Amino acid sequence: MSGIFSKAMARNIFYGGTVFFFLLFLALVYDTEQVLPTRDNREALTPEVIAGKKIWETRNCIGCHSLLGEGAYFAPELGNVYPRRGPEFIKAWMMSQPTGAPGRRQMPNFHLSDTELDNLVAFLKYTSGINTSNWPPNIEG
Amino acid sequence: MQYKSQAVAMPYFIAAIGLFVGQIIFGLIMGMQYVVGDFLFPEIPFNVARMVHTNLLIVWLLFGFMGAAYYMVPEESETELYSTKLAWILFWVFLAAGALTILGYLFVPYATLAEMTGNDLLATMGREFLEQPLPTKIGIVVVALAFLFNITMTVLKGRKTAISVVLLLGLWGLAIFFLFSFYNPHNLVRDKLYWWFVVHLWVEGVWELILAALLAFVLIKVTGVDREVIEKWLYVIITLALVTGIIGTGHHFFWIGTPEYWQWWGSIFSALEPVPFFAMTVFAFNMVNRRKREHPNKAAVLWALGTGVMAFLGAGVWGFLHTLAPVNYYTHGSQITAAHGHMAFYGAYVMVVITIISYAMPLLRGRAANSEKAQVLEMWSFWLMTIAMVFITLFLTAAGILQVWLQRVSDTPMSFMAAQDQVVLFYWMREWAGVVFFIGLLTYLASFFVKGETKAVAN
Repeated sequence: MSGIFSKAMARNIFYGGTVFFFLLFLALVYDTEQVLPTRDNREALTPEVIAGKKIWETRNCIGCHSLLGEGAYFAPELGNVYPRRGPEFIKAWMMSQPTGAPGRRQMPNFHLSDTELDNLVAFLKYTSGINTSNWPPNIEG
Repeated sequence: MQYKSQAVAMPYFIAAIGLFVGQIIFGLIMGMQYVVGDFLFPEIPFNVARMVHTNLLIVWLLFGFMGAAYYMVPEESETELYSTKLAWILFWVFLAAGALTILGYLFVPYATLAEMTGNDLLATMGREFLEQPLPTKIGIVVVALAFLFNITMTVLKGRKTAISVVLLLGLWGLAIFFLFSFYNPHNLVRDKLYWWFVVHLWVEGVWELILAALLAFVLIKVTGVDREVIEKWLYVIITLALVTGIIGTGHHFFWIGTPEYWQWWGSIFSALEPVPFFAMTVFAFNMVNRRKREHPNKAAVLWALGTGVMAFLGAGVWGFLHTLAPVNYYTHGSQITAAHGHMAFYGAYVMVVITIISYAMPLLRGRAANSEKAQVLEMWSFWLMTIAMVFITLFLTAAGILQVWLQRVSDTPMSFMAAQDQVVLFYWMREWAGVVFFIGLLTYLASFFVKGETKAVAN
């Protein structure tokens, strides 16, 4: 094999292949950006939702929960928690943490104000409106 | 050690191993919290432990990569490092930044940490693996650029080999794709889309270049096989890795709001992602079989072979297991993902960093290889950690299959927590396997302190 297939050929295939597939990837991402407005629920991006996303991030929710299946697997999926539980349940739940039940997984209390809770719920509502190709398979997430 | 400046690799390797120990301790804490939910609550909530666990992993692997570069590049370029002093300064800067960040996670509430560190100026925090405060992120970029300057200048003034060029490409890619961590759009779908530009294009992209370069370097040294042969393999492997891995990013774009054609692109290309890892395994065994010398460092050879096999199993086989869209529809974001993540990181990146440490550390300490006794202990640690990781993966896979069945496939789906209660047995077994892993790690540490007869470096 060494006679026919040289290191220089291998190198050229590497550079050529990488450049080609990277450009193809960028083209697909470009196309994705064109399609996204029909799927990503961007019309629901209100100032409340944006504030809610920041609360989601600064409380490190992703450290225990998953959102659209990404994150940690210690606590329930929250991409569809809005239709699963509804706004009032979510707020009451957040306020009653931690349960303190012995041996059970505990969620911290983040002492959010009413506005902050509303913003977070708005963010979760917006998230549940994203077209995820029918994922998760059922309401339990 | 042929060049004096290679010695700067040593503190990097020591720091890497030290942080690795920290990573595993926090892994054990989290494993415990999976079975005794309120363990260490509220002192160390699960999310904090997880941040520490994953961030320590990233930081110690980066220490390992940088140490590897400082060791390899002078030898490959046949010249001293451009600046040893810069390498030392960056070491302390990176260590201090890493330590401060971890202490921040542990002792400051995350929301307060965000406020203190300018997250209101540019919100980048609170996304998985990219939890670092803004100053840390900027610090990573600064350290990475200064490090790349140092390494690039060294390569430019010396011999340019395929190994050093591939290593440089990987390291530059690492720095460039990290820049996407500063981009956090309000639109969650776009946030997730570009988040993967860091996470996937690191671990299933440019990091594989680094991995392959490290492995090729050690294989040249321990087998004595002709550089031409090894470097040709190197190019073939990284071609396969990037040709499959770049479009393979699509396997993360199935259910996050992105268009459905990604289910085809992602499934097909990522189904091919095991191929480069298989090639890597064949490559490692092939080179060792064709060896032209009996290198006295048998432990390093074992780690090199182990890297190929475990990367193939963890990244290749366990990745394939759940990468096809119709399967992933059920397994996405379950313990199957966790199983894959553990074995892939261990098999590919942890093991390759230990491979280079195992090869270079004795030389940095002035001997060709450690004593027979020390090597035997090191090989014990190889088997303890590797077998423990196989069992961690198997137990998490079992937990994942059960979880998916109870929560997603069944006609009467259980809630998340009800399903978790059903799989607790597997979480216990995973925790015990984790304890064995930790014993293996302690054995590894001990192997550095075993004395005995050693051979001098034959130059």
